[in-house]
Formats: sequence, structure tokens, C-alpha cells
Amino acid sequence: MTTTSADPVTFEDALERYDPVMGMEVHVELNTASKMFCGCSTVFGADPNTQVCPVCLGLPGALPVVNARAIESAIKIGLALNCSIAPWCRFARKNYFYPDMPKNFQTSQYDEPIAYSGWTEIEVDGVSYRIEIERAHMEEDTGKSLHVGGATGRIHGASHSLVDYNRAGIPLIEIVTKPIEGTGAKSPEVARAYVAHLRELVLGLGVSDVRMEQGSMRCDVNLSLRPIGVTTLGTRSETKNVNSLRSVERAVRHEIGRHAAVLDGGNRIVQETRHWHEDTGVTTAGREKSDAEDYRYFPEPDLVPVAPSREWVEALRAQLPEPPSLHRARLQADWAFSDLEMRDVAGAGAMNLVAETVAAGAAPQAAKKWWLSELARYANEHDIAIDDVPMSPEQVAQVQGLLDAGRINDKLARQVFDGVLAGEGTPEEVVARRGLEVVSDDSALGDAVDRAIEANPDVAAKIAAGKHAAAGALIGAVMKEMRGRADAGRVRELILARLG
Amino acid sequence: MSGSNAEISRDDVAHLANLARIDLTEDELERLAPQLSVILESVATVAQVAANDIPPMSHAVPLSNVFRPDEVRPSLTPEQALAAAPQVDQQRFAVPRILGEEA
Repeated sequence: MTTTSADPVTFEDALERYDPVMGMEVHVELNTASKMFCGCSTVFGADPNTQVCPVCLGLPGALPVVNARAIESAIKIGLALNCSIAPWCRFARKNYFYPDMPKNFQTSQYDEPIAYSGWTEIEVDGVSYRIEIERAHMEEDTGKSLHVGGATGRIHGASHSLVDYNRAGIPLIEIVTKPIEGTGAKSPEVARAYVAHLRELVLGLGVSDVRMEQGSMRCDVNLSLRPIGVTTLGTRSETKNVNSLRSVERAVRHEIGRHAAVLDGGNRIVQETRHWHEDTGVTTAGREKSDAEDYRYFPEPDLVPVAPSREWVEALRAQLPEPPSLHRARLQADWAFSDLEMRDVAGAGAMNLVAETVAAGAAPQAAKKWWLSELARYANEHDIAIDDVPMSPEQVAQVQGLLDAGRINDKLARQVFDGVLAGEGTPEEVVARRGLEVVSDDSALGDAVDRAIEANPDVAAKIAAGKHAAAGALIGAVMKEMRGRADAGRVRELILARLG
Repeated sequence: MSGSNAEISRDDVAHLANLARIDLTEDELERLAPQLSVILESVATVAQVAANDIPPMSHAVPLSNVFRPDEVRPSLTPEQALAAAPQVDQQRFAVPRILGEEA
């Protein structure tokens, strides 16, 4: 039933013979205060089954009512993706039996999505790709299952499952692309860039937290190969729950190699869902898609149609923020960054962070420097997203402010970053507690300068003879004695005043 | 299963029963197939009356845009929520292990 493993084919080899086609399905959990069809809270991380009611538990007789803000958010996402907004559409029941959905159906949309036929544009290595959007539809999230008895917390080997319905009924928007063709060897990066772009776009709309590690943005990757020159689509696999940007890229790369190996071996690809394993970087077979998968969709009788007026849609359109591409162009002009600098910032996922740091008063170059050095390194070392670095853009701007005011120098600034990241408090507090402030007080510096001159008579003689460049050695000695906290400019003045 | 073709086979019923997780005996499958066919035929006569100028509708009342504001309302207590659960463990609904889904 599953494809047998064949000789592995490298990604590069596969692309010499095959043309990959991708399709992306991204689920975005909206950040409404209440659920899609009931007033239960959506706060993440609450105790199990404390945010449930008869509606989201699917108890008999309970009736759903649509959350107006969820509709607005759905329309905003549709508009931001250049979609048409349906003048009239309905919810539909997707019928299946699974304990994560207590109603035995998921309220979704079927052939009448609220948004359809859109497009968006992404960039990889300076090349633009237009991604066609098939649809963006509304649905509700499912409960969370905990599998007990299995060694790894997965279903395999579990004796029973424990279900928490706090998440059941939280509004979701599913965004589906049309087949993405012609991306060739760039496919893994295009897939990643698309998801990153979507994340930025949705974040800009303010309708979701889009935190992949918390599951408020989840990605399924469809992939098929066809021999180069062939125009019909090959059979696809659907890799579920690829939940980090890096994994999106890796999963596409892996699936291209796997498909090629199967096809090279003269076998056919089975249309199936596959599971992505973050740790090993491979996918394994899941459910085979078969005729038995018949959701028997029908219009939801408990919810009346949604018919957004054109006035409403236009009012929402007027609220849309600048699209990311325009926003980026404006930032680039404001910051006077080169294309390469912009690409570095975008690649690090730090565009908004740099923008907020600049808004908090730091110079653009300084903001960029800290996010791409100290803070990117911290994120990397701790294997977290750069947004999750425990330091705010305001704090970064405060450190730069201390630098600009001459109260600390570059070396001390790095220690301030260490302290703030270690949870020692605000930049001011770290400077005070660690005693990092630059000393520019003449009486404190004068003694150190005198000792440096005394200890280095040769150097002192050179300076006295007019070789002012030699002062660097004495400044270094003073710095060393004062553990980096001396005001280098003032030390130089004091040295020259004594010897000049 | 379109409205015009009202014939329901025994296999159709078996398939639907499987999807709906209803256990039917051979006898029931044989008996239900013609019964369901009759029901479909009866409904199909409505389609003959409805001319092209009568749009199909999914709801009895011509309403749209019934919304509620995005406001949090009190939920049930976990005790209330779990009161009818056959089995409870760690404040969660305990259900039999799920087969045939994930390897």
C-alpha cells in the first residue's frame, strides 16, 4: 500500500529529469477573543476543557452564531491576497468521525469560499514569483488529542487518547494556492518564501499571531513531479503539519528526492498524506487517500448565508495596511538600505523588529546591526524564532541610546545585551547592576593614565616626540585596567595633554 | 447520487452505512435500498415542479448575515463539560485509541 523505498536520488539529480509542482495549504488561526461560533475564550494555554460550551462540544440542541470579527478578518485576508470576495456564500458541514471534532463534522466551507481567485508576489534571490491563490475559506479548529500509552506521544502504540476541546471552534482561515509551477531548483526556497510572506502579510493585518511553533499557523505541502517537458500533473503527496519555515524548505527538498526515487524505480506515487518528522528530516506514509474519504459536504442548516455588502468589503479594504512589497520599498527608502541589506533583514525575519527598533529611536543601521548580530545569534543558539528573542525592539533602541549618549561603548553594549537576554532587567538596570557605564570622570581616568605612562616609558617618549598615533597603545593599557569601561576619547585627550 | 437518478443500490447503502458508522445486517441492507430509492424518487418529484425561475435554497427563511460581536461569554466549568463523558482522565475526555490514522 505504501511506496517502497528505492535507491535514494539526490535533489540535484532529481531536478535534471523532473519538474516539481507544488501546492500550499496554510491554516491561519485568527486572533479573535471568542471562538468562531460561540463565546468561549480563545486564550492559548488554558487548563484543559475550561474554554468549552454546548456549541463547541457539539451538545444536542446547541446552535452556532457566527463571530462578526472572524468574517471581517477572513475578508481582510482575502483582500490582502488580491482575492474576489464572494457576495454570498455558505458554511458547509464536512462530515467525519474523529474524536477531535465532537460534533462529528467540522463546520467549514466547500464550494462557496468567502475569498477566491487571488494572487500574491514573493521574491527569492532577487527573482519575483507570482503565486496564484485558489481560495481562502473559513472553518473551525479541532480539539487537541494527547495519546497515552505510546512511547513517543504519537498515536502508534497508544492505548487511549485524551481530548481537550479548548481549541475546538477557534476560527481558522485555510489559504490554498493553485499549483505552483516552473520554480525548479528554487522550489524549496519558493515554498519557504511563500509561507514567510504569508506570515508577514497576516501579521501586518493584525488578524492572527501567526506563531508557527504554537500552531496558530500550520502548513501542508503538496508536491508532485513530472518528467521535464510533460505538461500534465503527476500524482501528488500531501505532507501535513510542516510547522516551521525551515521545515517547509526541507520537506519540499526531501519529497522531491523521494518522489524521484520512486519514479526512477518504475513505481508510481501513491496519493496519500505524509507525516513530516522534524528530527530526522524525512516524511513517512500516513493515510492513503481513497474513495472511502467521502466527507459528504452539505450546506450547514444551522447557519444562514454570509453576504458581505460591497460597502462593507470596501470599508475593510480601506483599512488594509500597505502591502508588504510597498511597505518594504518605503522602508528601504526611509532607511537608505541597499537591496542586499534589505535581503539580509528579510532573510533573518527581522523586518518588523528593525522597523520597531527604528520607530523607538535607533538609527536604521544600528537597529539592523544588533538584530542581525547579537540577537540573531541568540535566536540561533537557542533554536527559537527571532521574534521570540526575550528582548524588545524598545530595549534594543535603549541600548543604542546609551551608546549614542556615550554612556557605554560598543564592547560594553554587547555585555548589556547579554544581561538583558539573561533576564537581568532593562538595559539601564543591567548597566547599573553590572557597573558597565563608561568612566569619563577625569579624576578616575587620570590615575590610570598616569600609571599607563609610567609603565610604558618608550611609548610615552614617542608620543612626546609628536607621534600621536602611538597613543593607541596607552589607551589600550588604560582600557585594560578599567575593564573596558574607560571613555576612549577622553583618555586620548588626557594622554596628549600630559605628553603633548 | 444526483436527483435525477433515484436508484439506490445495496452497495450504495453499505457505503453510506460505513461512512455513517452504522452497523447494518445483510437483511437491512436489502430492505433499505428500495426504501431509500422510493424516498429519493418522491423528493425528485419536487424538482419537476420547481421551474428554472425558482432558485434552490438551503434554508427555510431568507436570512443572511446573522452575526454576534466578538465577545467572550462564560464557558462551562470543566466538571460540567465532562459530566457526560463515559471516561475522564487528566480533565480530558478519554477515548479509545484511534486506529488507521497515523503510523
